[in-house]
Amino acid sequence: MNLEELEQIAESVRQENARFDYEVNVCMGTGCLSRHSDKLKDALTEQIAAQGKNALVRRTGCMGLCAAGPLVLVDPDEILYQHVRSDDAGSVATSLGTAPVAELQCNLRDHFDQQVHIVLENSGHIDPERIDDYIARDGYQALVKALTEMTPSEVIQQIVESGLRGRGGGGYPTGLKWGTVAKAFGDTKYVICNGDEGDPGAFMDRSVLESDPQRVLEGMILAAYAVGASKGFFYVRAEYPLAVARLSACLRDARRRGLLGNGICNTPFNFDAEIRLGAGAFVCGEETALIASIEGRRGTPRPRPPYPAVSGLWGRPTLINNVETFANIAPIIRNGGKWFASIGSERSKGTKVFALTGKIKNTGLVEVPMGIKLREIIEVIGGGVPDGHTFKAVQTGGPSGGCIPAEMLDIGVSYDALLKIGSIMGSGGMIVMDDTSCMVNVARFFVEFCMTESCGKCIPCRAGTAQMYKLLTRICDGSATMDDLDLLIDLCDTVKETSLCGLGQTAPNPVLSTLKYFRNEYIDHIVHKRCPAGVCSIQSPAEVTA
Amino acid sequence: MSPGVDVKTLVIDGKDVTGRSGQTILEIARENGIDIPTLCHLDGLGDVGACRLCLVEIKGSNKLQPACVTTVFESMEVSTQSDRLLKHRRTILELLFTERNHICSVCVANGNCELQSLGQSQGLTHVRLPYRNPDLHVDASHERFTIDHNRCILCTRCVRVCAEIEGAHVWDVMGRGIDSMIISDLNDPWGESSCTRCGKCVQVCPTGALFDKSKVGEAHPKYPDFLPYLNLMREAK
Repeated sequence: MNLEELEQIAESVRQENARFDYEVNVCMGTGCLSRHSDKLKDALTEQIAAQGKNALVRRTGCMGLCAAGPLVLVDPDEILYQHVRSDDAGSVATSLGTAPVAELQCNLRDHFDQQVHIVLENSGHIDPERIDDYIARDGYQALVKALTEMTPSEVIQQIVESGLRGRGGGGYPTGLKWGTVAKAFGDTKYVICNGDEGDPGAFMDRSVLESDPQRVLEGMILAAYAVGASKGFFYVRAEYPLAVARLSACLRDARRRGLLGNGICNTPFNFDAEIRLGAGAFVCGEETALIASIEGRRGTPRPRPPYPAVSGLWGRPTLINNVETFANIAPIIRNGGKWFASIGSERSKGTKVFALTGKIKNTGLVEVPMGIKLREIIEVIGGGVPDGHTFKAVQTGGPSGGCIPAEMLDIGVSYDALLKIGSIMGSGGMIVMDDTSCMVNVARFFVEFCMTESCGKCIPCRAGTAQMYKLLTRICDGSATMDDLDLLIDLCDTVKETSLCGLGQTAPNPVLSTLKYFRNEYIDHIVHKRCPAGVCSIQSPAEVTA
Repeated sequence: MSPGVDVKTLVIDGKDVTGRSGQTILEIARENGIDIPTLCHLDGLGDVGACRLCLVEIKGSNKLQPACVTTVFESMEVSTQSDRLLKHRRTILELLFTERNHICSVCVANGNCELQSLGQSQGLTHVRLPYRNPDLHVDASHERFTIDHNRCILCTRCVRVCAEIEGAHVWDVMGRGIDSMIISDLNDPWGESSCTRCGKCVQVCPTGALFDKSKVGEAHPKYPDFLPYLNLMREAK
């Protein structure tokens, strides 16, 4: 495979598409599929054929606005239809060449105009199971360019220049990590793609793998070339069957096209990748636990150092990056590190994909430039809180993150700014809460999550989260005293400072951040024996003393 | 100095000490009579860094590091006795005492228990946290030994000694988080498992969780000192 061959494939796809007057893209991500978009696609194909329209019906990945699914995008007019049912297939087919179906049309300019799509540039536009579709949108050009024109260190240099930081949550500089693995001694090195997305309410990695798996693979191959690895693993949780199926198809097609395997693109570079399924443990998203799981051992973290970059999978130097990190690589190599660094804020470059959920109108997947105000994401892109309720807090970073109150909404989204106010960027879960949410109960929910997902290896996380849960339950049911609150704070401090891995070290964050911004709700529960949001069922004082 | 031996000088609790490259803080501290409490660590077994009692402060880093797996570097400054560390150690012990049912007066290991000794040496006079009082079983199906899960602190010494030294790997951990349990084979009764009846796990158990049936009602000290000796003899071969 070389650039000319890629261009030939792209040209043949373009010619094929040009035969049609219209392209009808049907979202077949998990969200829309759950509302039978597969049947809708069949109905559309049938109706278009019956009405004799010259249109291509294409299966695509996620279009982002999951709340309005199933979604249908008609090109070249860029008309987006929402809540399309199979019964509507006839009217959509009739509308081709005439006026759009007004009652199905989705007019959310604000939602889409504020976004910048790099990771999601192909989502909703290509068939995720057709490698040629990806190639037709500049796919694998970065790989061919890197393999034929760039040395591994030049590839790393571009990543360093781009300022890309790990999208799994920690925000470690990607270029630095690649450089470390490249410099590590060893003739065998590994690359791992961490697709063990487990935060409650987060579905960024799943959507990327379902919508554009080739992009992630291209990023991984580029990484392997840069660090000198010959083998890669995609660690994807088994709860993502569609992502796994599309990734399998992606690996198969890439092998057929000579983009994976021995002598990639007719160069001496050999690299192959395979999929490993996670069995559902949240902690396996932690890199050392993930490695143990791939090795076939119990998924528990181990102390670092040594870091995986020095001693990882089977003791070899190993590069682990998140799905979204790999999805950013190909555009960076294609357009240069400087281009990427021009987007975003001072120390956080590029864009970030967020899964916007909770009490928000436009639930779904959004990609925004770093530095954008939280308020803009929630009020403009998200459309605000529905049903006349008022916004109370937004939770970022999943169980490791914190709750951000309304008065903090004007901060720009970046790794450092979120850390400063007691939350974290995390992998991209963003849960919006309104006045019907009790913040003590929210903290209890996340602590319960950490308690059940703790691996049980170290004492502070295993027993500490269980005790935190117990104390929070007391507060929620109104039987706690102010001493219990002091004890909880004291315990949070020990769990945070002494736990072995990130899961335990960050487990107190939801408690600490809600205590910081919503302390009065804790006091209401403990002293006044009432839950302001009316969520917790508190016994009357008489019952408590009885 | 012979080639290949790299000596580091460092400071632990204000005391100048030396160590070889690759040695851990814990090894060097103990060589120099500086006491760092441990529970999951045992000389002769691989370290897992799980109990978090040996955490120390290293100058220049805000993060606490486990002394049992952290190797020394030149001019390192280690503190093992700060108020912050003492507080965390007491809280971790408190978490252990409240996690399961540790009642010294009826325990076979009373007076010979590492958890009990640590509670005393670290000044743990009472617990503030609520007792969890879980309902756990006792497996007495083995002809010689008993495992009482109420007294288990999940240090995994038994798992490691069985896998690393005996080579049988009868013990392992089942479940996760607070529900983690030590199991023999695939959660079979100990007496019906592939146990070789060597008794090493009983000797390394820091509490009364694993004990010899013949010792009930009398003092039951454990003798884990055979491990370094055994390793030395095996290496010497």
